[in-house]
Amino acid sequence: MNDYQYDHQTVKGFIVSSIFWGVVGILIGLWISIQLWKPEWNIPPFFTYGRLRVVHTNGLAFGLGIGAIFGISYYIVMRLAKRPLLFPKLARFHLHLFNAAIALAAVSLFMGMNQSLEYAELEWPLDIGVVILWVIFAVNVFGTIIKRKEEQMYISLWFIIATVVAVAVLYIVNNLSIPAGLFKSYHLFAGVNSANVEWWYGHNAVGFIFTTPILAMFYYFLPKSTGLPIYSHRLSIIAFWSLVFAYLWTGAHHLVYTPLPDWLQTLGIVFTLFLIAPSWGSVINGYYTVGADWSKMQTNYLTKFFIMGITFYGLQTVQGPTQAIRVVSSLIHYTDWVPGHVHMGTMGWVTMTTAASIYYIIPKIYNTEIYSVKVANTHFWLVLIGQIMFSVSMWITGIQQGALWKATNPDGSLKYTFMEGLVKNYPYWQFRTVAGLIFTVGMLFFIYNIYMTMRKGKSLATSRA
Amino acid sequence: MAAEIYRKPIMFAIVAAVVILIGTIATVFFPMFTEGMHPKLENLKPYTALQLAGKDIYQREGCNNCHTQTVRPLKTEVMRYGDYSKAGEFAYDRPFLWGSKRTGPDLARIGGRYPDAWHYNHFENPQSFFKQSNMPKYGWLKDSKLNPADMEAHMKANGFPYTREEMADLGSKTELDALVAYMQVIGTAVAKKTATATAAVEEKNPLANDPKAYEQGEDVYKQNCEACHGDDGKGGIGPSLQDKTWLGKDGDISDGRIFAIISDGTDNGMPPYGAQLDKNKIWSLVSYIRHEQQKH
Repeated sequence: MNDYQYDHQTVKGFIVSSIFWGVVGILIGLWISIQLWKPEWNIPPFFTYGRLRVVHTNGLAFGLGIGAIFGISYYIVMRLAKRPLLFPKLARFHLHLFNAAIALAAVSLFMGMNQSLEYAELEWPLDIGVVILWVIFAVNVFGTIIKRKEEQMYISLWFIIATVVAVAVLYIVNNLSIPAGLFKSYHLFAGVNSANVEWWYGHNAVGFIFTTPILAMFYYFLPKSTGLPIYSHRLSIIAFWSLVFAYLWTGAHHLVYTPLPDWLQTLGIVFTLFLIAPSWGSVINGYYTVGADWSKMQTNYLTKFFIMGITFYGLQTVQGPTQAIRVVSSLIHYTDWVPGHVHMGTMGWVTMTTAASIYYIIPKIYNTEIYSVKVANTHFWLVLIGQIMFSVSMWITGIQQGALWKATNPDGSLKYTFMEGLVKNYPYWQFRTVAGLIFTVGMLFFIYNIYMTMRKGKSLATSRA
Repeated sequence: MAAEIYRKPIMFAIVAAVVILIGTIATVFFPMFTEGMHPKLENLKPYTALQLAGKDIYQREGCNNCHTQTVRPLKTEVMRYGDYSKAGEFAYDRPFLWGSKRTGPDLARIGGRYPDAWHYNHFENPQSFFKQSNMPKYGWLKDSKLNPADMEAHMKANGFPYTREEMADLGSKTELDALVAYMQVIGTAVAKKTATATAAVEEKNPLANDPKAYEQGEDVYKQNCEACHGDDGKGGIGPSLQDKTWLGKDGDISDGRIFAIISDGTDNGMPPYGAQLDKNKIWSLVSYIRHEQQKH
């Protein structure tokens, strides 16, 4: 146990940091959800919707998402390699650099330094910072795995290695740009080519940040917390390789009906449909694993987090491909349906699984039990209800928007002006703010639970010493 | 044999990289070297320094979070916004700004649709045009002047041509001037569709004898026209509808002509409404305008 003591500080540091950035990101999310129906909540120049929305997405994808991925991956890698990190001091430096980079990133986005590439908004000096962070992560992950004391590499390590490799390629290529000063650059690619590169990146950011590292957690912590072995090793091999193969072909489904060459759109749609198979490989593996003993849903409080998480992953990976089909895309693209889709994945799958992993790790690090299973259960139900209300209301308003935009009078003229369509969104947007609020309260229960567990652990450690 | 890679991390990473690169090469790297990815319309011009400054501000303010810039080749979309987007329109856009969400309307054909004054007033106070609009106010942009030195670096980075005088002039322009200049150039490389509906218009208003028509017309007027043509047609950004021409003192304008102007727009700032308002609504507007004329 004590062998890992030093590195646990780093793991814990990443977890606490990611929760902090998560709170910032969620609060800004609430704020911009209000701006949509109350424009008075825009405070120029720093706090208009256009600037805040990117702080929300970057704060949660990079601050909460990547922060948690760094910390939890380190934890998983150490356990599966049966040794501490190869470079513990480098890992500690990694943590500090990470927090500095995210803070600078937030400030730069408030200032409006923005490449206008979705999920790659950070300007070039920060891009270099992100690459350095990633290299440090890669060095420690590979170093520790190479010097491991366990011959086989477990499934979770495959997913972590794929994440390290894929994100490096994606991030560097899409961020290639022509600097025009310290705070401004222009994409190396122009027009349709720029669009193609960006959405290859954008969709695979989802694939290799919100999917593969989260699956690494799922495959590690589900058996750990339930004591049930993964149902099929063969299935996970097939699911892994077909997933990492197919994902890279699918970016063009974000560009259906745009001027992107038709063959690329079609190819993107076809591979997107194929992607259902590997995604459901992991879903089935998850269900059958717990299927060996469904009573775990009642007896082990974490099981329901993982099962709900993988369920939303399963729904997400059927809904996504459906949206890629041209006729569906023509109705729901550019509407609120899409944020509804994204939030099912991020609030339902990513946050659920990550929170459960943290519930597992923190008591282990402190050598204690979770502070309160009851609080964890409250957290579970609040985020579940909040997220479903959020997604469902956005799907409904998305379909409504798409339908109003297409509606015509008997003489062929358009039935609704843009404004007539817009005002019909307001009740749904207000409802969405309430849903977000419920989700936020759920997350506060989670944070309280983690905080109290740490306090309990600390006092235990003092009394033992 | 195959099981070996699950024991060799470096080998595993290499195989994973190859698997990842297959799709990447096929859908991203290979297309870069095909002509289809580098189209350029013949009359597409590089941005001027003022327009580029406006585009920079568009990016800085994150306008692309709410506005798309690509009209899909779908019937109702073309009716609402204008001709569908062509691949060759975006050769100078680094990056592309097509966006992914239409909280506000698409802007791919905004260039030339309204006069400059419309944009200045609308940026200042969107709610004065559309009471329930959720767009933030951007009037504060007129308080900052452009920086010619920065813009010179930006023009160079893009490889756009510019003159000394052009750069010197920039110093007197505000950020709002730049943003309006950018609005007015978006999508203008594709010729605007001109009058198509006019052919089938009757000369006489079929609702002329319907006393209710002008009331409906008043509603339509308030929603769509008042922001530019003012209270009761007194004029504003758009011309007065009570001047001599419109009052028929300089020769009468036929009902059919008024219908055509509303439906098709004009070349000097009147946007076309034919796709957004059905015939009945347009005729009721004609009734309303006639009714207002009789008051004078």
